[in-house]
Amino acid sequence: MLPTPSQTVGPFYGYALPFLQGGDMAPAGHDDSAITVYGHVFDGAGDPVPDALLEFWQPAPDGSRTGAPGSLRRDQTTGGYAGRDGLTFTGFGRVATDADGRYAVRTLPPGGVPYLSVCVFARGLLHHLFTRVYLPGPDCDADPLLTALEPERRSTLIAEATAERVYRFDVRLHGDKETVFLDFP
Amino acid sequence: MALTQQDISREIAERSRAFAEAGQTRHHPARDYAPYRSSLLRHPKHPLVTVRDPEAVELSGPVFGVTDVTDLDADLTRQHAGEPLGERITVTGRVLDREGRPIRGQLAEIWQANASGRYAHQRDQHPAPLDPNFTGVGRCLTDDEGRYRFTTIKPGAYPWRNHTNAWRPAHIHFSLFGDAFTQRLITQMYFPGDPLFAYDPILQSVTDAAARDRLVAAYEHDLSVPEWSLGYRWDIVLDGPAATWLEEGR
Ligand SMILES: [Fe+2]
Repeated sequence: MLPTPSQTVGPFYGYALPFLQGGDMAPAGHDDSAITVYGHVFDGAGDPVPDALLEFWQPAPDGSRTGAPGSLRRDQTTGGYAGRDGLTFTGFGRVATDADGRYAVRTLPPGGVPYLSVCVFARGLLHHLFTRVYLPGPDCDADPLLTALEPERRSTLIAEATAERVYRFDVRLHGDKETVFLDFP
Repeated sequence: MALTQQDISREIAERSRAFAEAGQTRHHPARDYAPYRSSLLRHPKHPLVTVRDPEAVELSGPVFGVTDVTDLDADLTRQHAGEPLGERITVTGRVLDREGRPIRGQLAEIWQANASGRYAHQRDQHPAPLDPNFTGVGRCLTDDEGRYRFTTIKPGAYPWRNHTNAWRPAHIHFSLFGDAFTQRLITQMYFPGDPLFAYDPILQSVTDAAARDRLVAAYEHDLSVPEWSLGYRWDIVLDGPAATWLEEGR
């Protein structure tokens, strides 16, 4: 069957798609293993993009890829958001960039692979873009996608460790140091 | 000088002609579609890098469940004390993969302007009235046949600043999850026969006319409820591979 075309997320998703604790993928606790990934989304002029939406998907630390419900748990009393249950790792996160074009997620390390999958939406972007946040380490050296890329392009996919278990990953949509974006045919 | 509709319509026609001459099939909009001015600095210049790894994490995807929705979420006319103004409609259809298999138990989310063409969003300063009884956000899980169903009101057209006298045709924003992250889709559903279609660079960014038609719902009289609401049907087909395909030896 022929696919339904994509259209831009537009400027007004902000009261519909982001949800409470969208970027708090790591359940409570895990203080000695949880990681933080943060950064900016930039446009081709180098300006921050304040109306982008990033989604993250990853395996659990044990490598399982089944995910779990409960990312946007609802409060059945008020109809608002209840927040995550504090225990379940769903593997899914969603964050909008702020007025500075910045985002952050706190998650658990992915099991079996050295990367988090990212889907980027934005006003002005007619079709979402996939990329990956690679966490620097020896596993990156054997990764088939990374090894196939020119060094300069490869570096756009590898997060920079800025503190212990804290990584910076910027998304550049266009032009200088443009992020590598992926296609899954 | 301010950009006119004539300028934009000329650019739309040029892109449409170039597409026809190339004789290709193209299901999705090109990301570098200049008539939509916001795309200029927000599309990659490098080609996408193809990933053919059968172990790619993107071939699996997030799941959702009954904790992620409430029963009222699918009825946008019942989220406030009073009834919203406007034409009450039902929008329903099936979410399928490219093989025509239903996407079961997955999250469908919508958002839209009210009947006057105004979003309940602080940045929308279009001088049309807000409706205290309408927020314009809904969600539901697809059923075993991949079906979704929303009750809402028909959104109004609204102006935007792409060029002078730019108006978006009435539309509902949809967000869909498939069985794999690769099948993720955010798009917009339009209403049949809208006179604004030809003027809108966002809809026209889908340069293939047949693909564009797939963004337009069908009015279906049998879906209309007597004395209550008008019915529209819109089926959605998600692009992209999933791990389940590979397991089946495809
Ligand atoms: Fe819109």
